[in-house]
Amino acid sequence: MDQTVGHPEFLQHHFSDVEQQRESAKLGMWIFLLTEVLLFGGLFCAYSIYRSWNPEIFHNAHRFLDVYLGTLNTVVLIVSSVTMALAIRSMQLDRKKQTLIFLIVTLALAAAFLVVKYFEYSHKFHLGQLPGKFYTFTGIEGTNPHIFFSVYFLMTGLHGIHVIGGMAVITWLIFKTRGRTFSSQYYTPIEMTGLYWHLVDLIWIFLFPLFYLVG
Amino acid sequence: MNKEATHTVPHILPMKLYLGVGAALIVLTAITVTVSFFNFGPYNLVVAMLVAATKASLVALFFMHLKYDNKIYLVIFLTSVVFLAVFIVLTMFDTLRRDDIDELKAEPIRREAIIYDSVQAPKHDTADSTFKVPDTTE
Repeated sequence: MDQTVGHPEFLQHHFSDVEQQRESAKLGMWIFLLTEVLLFGGLFCAYSIYRSWNPEIFHNAHRFLDVYLGTLNTVVLIVSSVTMALAIRSMQLDRKKQTLIFLIVTLALAAAFLVVKYFEYSHKFHLGQLPGKFYTFTGIEGTNPHIFFSVYFLMTGLHGIHVIGGMAVITWLIFKTRGRTFSSQYYTPIEMTGLYWHLVDLIWIFLFPLFYLVG
Repeated sequence: MNKEATHTVPHILPMKLYLGVGAALIVLTAITVTVSFFNFGPYNLVVAMLVAATKASLVALFFMHLKYDNKIYLVIFLTSVVFLAVFIVLTMFDTLRRDDIDELKAEPIRREAIIYDSVQAPKHDTADSTFKVPDTTE
């Protein structure tokens, strides 16, 4: 059990050993992820209410979302989750160059997700399919079709902000990995970012069918 | 590297597993998209959510290592899911059933509940007591 090699540089003084430090970080991260689930949970609840009150509007409006772009983005996020998991695995095996490559691919896939989202959003902006009073589109039957787009932009928007945040952290990880901060003994920041990134993927896994498929 | 050194050495999963789970997720995505082109009426949502829940479980169990880690993390994660379910289900009980308490449907309740009679016909005819619960002391 006790394999402390003196006092490793990355071990903070208030932890008794590396294992305790790692477990504490993980516990904190999971509690943060719990609050994230509840944050999005409020919006999922809003979705449930508006959908149950306006089933026709949700059905008619969801046809205006591009299923193919949505599917493409789902696949992009899933692959980025795989590369993120592989980046952690490579660091566990001390293959730093591989870690770097996987992190860069993850970052590129996140950027690709946002590019697709940009095209989807700008198309909707152009048509006037916007939330609330900004809604000017006339091609959807039923009263108050803007409700669908309010919920859509809120939920995918908050998700998009999470993607941007994740990209910022992954960029930081890339510099840290290049700077040889991490090793198979210490890679907690990569692992925690991985957990966050998988949660972002997990939320999209629910957003995608709720908006693009069953609307 | 001493791989036997108990739990201080993290569990390193084989590459195949990650790629396999990734492939399964993409296959499930293909399934849910294909299924969405057919109409099963109210079951559309059920099918889509079942597939999504399966995908989410795969991500949480393998990518997030919940299957292999200390189970406390699984408990934390499931706690958030349980409370989210309570939140949404109780809200639905309210928002879906609000209309049921309109004048007509509230009638039998009103007949059974003495409080409505006393509120509607207050014994002490003060002008502002109409919507107050009357004083129980005579």
